[in-house]
Amino acid sequence: MPRGQTATLADINGAAGDGNERLLVAALRRREEAAFVALVRRYNGLMLRVARAQLGEHAAAEEVVQETWLAVIERIDAFEGRSSLRTWMFRILTYQAWARLERDGRQIPFSALASADAAAPDPSVDPSRFFPRHHVPRPFFWQSDPREWPEEALLAAEVRSVIGAAVDSLPDSQRVVITLRDLEGWAPNEVCEALQISEGNQRVLLHRARSRVRDALDRYLEDGKR
Amino acid sequence: MTPPALQITCKEFVELVTAHLDGVLADADRTRFECHTERCPGCRAYLQQFRLTVDALSTGPMEAVEPANLDELVRAFKRSEPPNQA
Repeated sequence: MPRGQTATLADINGAAGDGNERLLVAALRRREEAAFVALVRRYNGLMLRVARAQLGEHAAAEEVVQETWLAVIERIDAFEGRSSLRTWMFRILTYQAWARLERDGRQIPFSALASADAAAPDPSVDPSRFFPRHHVPRPFFWQSDPREWPEEALLAAEVRSVIGAAVDSLPDSQRVVITLRDLEGWAPNEVCEALQISEGNQRVLLHRARSRVRDALDRYLEDGKR
Repeated sequence: MTPPALQITCKEFVELVTAHLDGVLADADRTRFECHTERCPGCRAYLQQFRLTVDALSTGPMEAVEPANLDELVRAFKRSEPPNQA
């Protein structure tokens, strides 16, 4: 992105160290309005979604996102590029959300919720799908085997709304992790850093979220056969 | 195909899928996972369903949502001083 040209969405989807990201950061440091507007348009909705999950309410989330943008403006010159720009911005968001919770006298930051959610037992598949422990000769094996899905079935327009409803009904911590990892395509380490959660918790939450969405799709596809 | 040779059960298999897809299973678990995948048609189908789920989830970047106070943010952005540029 040569000097003077406007930043496009393609410039701001990159990962850490990406050449486009360096150009974007340089444009922000030169206070190029177009670069900043593109950045805000690209990430404001996602920030709101993440903040809502961390704070549990919409009004506080909007304020925290606003504070985060102001902090990004204030600190962009100090950004060292050790993580991707988006990771860095969302880590600021997480800290702003924690500060807000503390101010409101609420003591449960998202990372604590995330570890509590991750620690609670939550099987990926309904246990009744497997033979019981004392079954001979196949304890804990499928009672009836899953069948592969026909790939074209997932192209149906309705699938999008099945997935959307399943994601919306997830617990906050699972919904945020699956949104960043699978909907937006972030790397595991970016998600851990942005949300300040451990790699293990990140994976447990993601796995549970995916398992629930798979289950919702399976029910939808089974219904279609009847 | 005798179940004891499979080393992990189907119930265990379904808990390891994301770790497998992320490539973070420890060596011993990876061997057991792959061995089980080879021999168990039910879990192979489950893995296919899981992969298709992950693929279907990928929607690309969210639609742009402009904040109500974008003008205010832009003013704050323009007002802020870059360093070394007095």
